[in-house]
Amino acid sequence: MTLEHLPALQVMVPLAAAPLIVLLRHAGFAWALAVAASLFAFGASLALALEVSRAGAISYAMGNWPPPWGIEYRVDALSAFVLVLVSAVGALVAPYARRSVAAELPREQHYLYYAVHCLCLAGLLGMTITGDAFNLFVFMEIASLSMYVLIALGRDRRALLASYQYLILGTIGATFYVIGVGLLYLATGTLNIADLAARLPEAQATRAVLAALAFITVGVSLKLALFPLHLWLPNAYAYAPSAATAFLAATATKVSVYVLLRFYFTVFGAPLVVDALPVPQILTGLSIIAIVSASLVAVWQADLKRLLAYSSVAQIGYITLGIGMATRDGLTAAVVHLFNHGITKGALFLLVGGIALRAGSVDFGRLRGLARTMPLTCLGVTLAGLSLIGVPGTAGFISKWYLVLGAIEAGQAWLAALVVLTSLIAVAYVWRFVEAAYLSEPGSGTAVAGEAPLAMLAVSWVMVAACVWFGFDTSFTVQGARRAAELMLGAAP
Amino acid sequence: MPAFASHYTYWITVLLMAAGLYIVVARGNLVKKLIGLSIFQTSVYLLYIAPGKLIGGTAPILSEAFKVYSNPLPHVLILTAIVVGIATLALGLAIVVRIREAYGSIEEDEIVAADRDAGDRE
Repeated sequence: MTLEHLPALQVMVPLAAAPLIVLLRHAGFAWALAVAASLFAFGASLALALEVSRAGAISYAMGNWPPPWGIEYRVDALSAFVLVLVSAVGALVAPYARRSVAAELPREQHYLYYAVHCLCLAGLLGMTITGDAFNLFVFMEIASLSMYVLIALGRDRRALLASYQYLILGTIGATFYVIGVGLLYLATGTLNIADLAARLPEAQATRAVLAALAFITVGVSLKLALFPLHLWLPNAYAYAPSAATAFLAATATKVSVYVLLRFYFTVFGAPLVVDALPVPQILTGLSIIAIVSASLVAVWQADLKRLLAYSSVAQIGYITLGIGMATRDGLTAAVVHLFNHGITKGALFLLVGGIALRAGSVDFGRLRGLARTMPLTCLGVTLAGLSLIGVPGTAGFISKWYLVLGAIEAGQAWLAALVVLTSLIAVAYVWRFVEAAYLSEPGSGTAVAGEAPLAMLAVSWVMVAACVWFGFDTSFTVQGARRAAELMLGAAP
Repeated sequence: MPAFASHYTYWITVLLMAAGLYIVVARGNLVKKLIGLSIFQTSVYLLYIAPGKLIGGTAPILSEAFKVYSNPLPHVLILTAIVVGIATLALGLAIVVRIREAYGSIEEDEIVAADRDAGDRE
């Protein structure tokens, strides 16, 4: 039966598509294959998510070697949720990429872009679906190496330096992670995540286990760009090709957040991480600094893409703030925001890619009076910007709402006030776009040809519509996140 | 044997780890940074492999003749990690080649200065 092999196929199809694309070399075929593989992955993750919500967690023994000896692929409420986000963004960015990549990259590099897109998708899906700590490292490196290539494909020469810096920091992060996994293996003799969780209580709180926790925390925090380990992010997002930025911003850091959640709450468990160690306090402190400082830095950026990149650092701060609360509502908020911020940032970067294509740059000077020539794009940016702020009626509001609930549940009303107050800084940076696009006279140098190509605009608007849709219909996001939070806190089977 | 001497592989691991990381942070030359990164990754290979070896142990062969086995799993894991390390180093060097083509230098401070000058002219 193919259906029972869906967990493996979901990763294998994009992974196999990548070398095929390199062999074919033709840009059109490459694009078609990348779209087909991404759509397949999306369909597979929807099917898996349905199956998980119907019949509980799925365990797939790779090569028929039963876990914990063989590698296990495991889909539960949390990983199914992240799989849907990653594959949905992949399936939207792939069709969008055709026009954007054609405009931004030299012709002989087009097929390489699609090959790396498929590799990156396979890596991110693999990180999410695998139930083996070392296998996770391999997929993390597959995803990361393809991200370095995606960034280095940017037109600007500064993209090369951004890619190099990300390579250095990303490799240090991944190596820290693998040191942590090595120490856990020495302490328990297993690499299977479920088996690790079962065996760790025997080895509880020895120095090796605590060192493993520290190494994994720092390594994964580098990958998810937690303040002050976020330095690679702004340049990487700003200089990568538009389609790559949209894909990475919506998925890469989110999957790393998933890895952190998986290790904190499944492997080490809340009693050690939350009750015995000051991890929540540290996370909360760093999150607050990230939210305030990155939001303020974002306000002063001269370039829309960099502004959104700094805003990403701040928004990741909201996610880790929810993790730091470590309550049911806090974790729900973290998982919901992981999804909502993914689609919001994805929508924004897709629209910005359209602007970059037509206006040549996304410098604020070039955006003056843009709403006259690109009304639909500007409306989309404004709507997604409202979701970034967290205005009621958008997806961002739902995450902020649960964050405030979580703060009150944890008895920290000042955190709730902080969430609301810092949203005002987001108003300031979104307003900068509105002011430039709607309220400024077009500058002398702005000759914008009109709306972005239909294919790009349509995909972008699907994402914008999702930002609004998930602001009203929360049955998928909030219920999915709630189930994931209950799973993490051990309340659900 | 005193404890620190019987655990000498750990001392080497820690030394390589710290030295590699220090090179990455302290050197401005992009190729030297990559060398440091490689040393740092290599220390992890040792961290996995050394504890898997039992003195006098053989490979896990099912036979009456062998009673003491070494754990083969770390070797397999590290084979994978070595491949990952090589891929990272190769990609890193490829990017450095392109940086040199674009900037004419592989010294970090000169590249940053070149970008700053270009930014001032705009």
